[in-house]
Amino acid sequence: MPPPTAPKSGDALFASVDRVNAELFTLTYGAIVRQLLTDLEEVEEVNKQLDQIRDARVEYSNGLADLRSPKFLGYNIGTRLVDEFLAKSNVSRCVDFKETADVIAKLGFKMFLGVTATVTNWDAEGTSCSFVLEDNPLVDFVELPDTCQGLQYCNLLSGVIRGALEMVSMKTEVTWVRDMLRGDDAYEMRVKLIKQVPEEYPYKDDD
Amino acid sequence: MALVAIYSLFIINKSGGLIYYKDYGSAGRMDTNDSLRLASLWHSMHAISQQLSPTPGCTGIDLLQAHNFDLHCFQSLTGTKFFVVCETGAPNMEMLLKVIYELYTDFVLKNPFYEMEMPIRCELFDLNLAQVIQKDRVALLGR
Repeated sequence: MPPPTAPKSGDALFASVDRVNAELFTLTYGAIVRQLLTDLEEVEEVNKQLDQIRDARVEYSNGLADLRSPKFLGYNIGTRLVDEFLAKSNVSRCVDFKETADVIAKLGFKMFLGVTATVTNWDAEGTSCSFVLEDNPLVDFVELPDTCQGLQYCNLLSGVIRGALEMVSMKTEVTWVRDMLRGDDAYEMRVKLIKQVPEEYPYKDDD
Repeated sequence: MALVAIYSLFIINKSGGLIYYKDYGSAGRMDTNDSLRLASLWHSMHAISQQLSPTPGCTGIDLLQAHNFDLHCFQSLTGTKFFVVCETGAPNMEMLLKVIYELYTDFVLKNPFYEMEMPIRCELFDLNLAQVIQKDRVALLGR
């Protein structure tokens, strides 16, 4: 038996977590997106709410937003899920962003979605890359109607990644490049590392 | 004697605020103010230990040993600290802290009504924690 602290493989990780029926999950997500569309009426607003594009903390400190609102769906999920991932996968601190991306693609996606992503299209500095998903359980049964062409249906996922990485001191920007719902041949998410917030003490007073 | 293997458990958020404190019948029970003060002191000492470290990449104090107790500390990569105060030489405390971390992710973070970084008031967490600590004591007794 490997020592208990060795990182688990994606399959082992997937096998070790509780799961629900995939259709229940897919349909629940669909219902959330539909409800947001009904509530907000604007496709663009729904995209923002799923991902929460603006900086939640800045808005929060300015009293503009309430972190508890469903507005921060993906981001909020990410800030919570990251700990579960770290606790159950036994991964240790990554040496660089490349390793982080690999861990997300091979272990993170597998643990929570049951699929793995491919990491490609690194830029020269090694600060941005693409996650390509061939298979995406969020979109089974989904066909985008003409009225919702601008909808980023899977914006929840980008929010989750952004929220999770922010909790381990990485500020990122995550955007969708390809989307099968819009006729592309795969799902591709672009993740760009904006800055790494050092964890050094003492924190500055204005932090 | 094995019944008092663990004296107390603390969880501190990443800014040093005490979010959970549980006393398991230690002699020096603390009031709320004392436990808060102690938690933020430990947070600072942990930070200072990183700076004092002569080798780079130090992640802070893992174990503090005294004449009559041990303090085991585990810090997650997200900055939350878990520490138990226990009998000297109590084994498996690293494992116990890891299990507590998992319970925290399951029953605290996944509770939609729990607010991040705030004090933990989750019954399911208390319940499961009690079981784990109990199990740990039984395991110690059975040695």
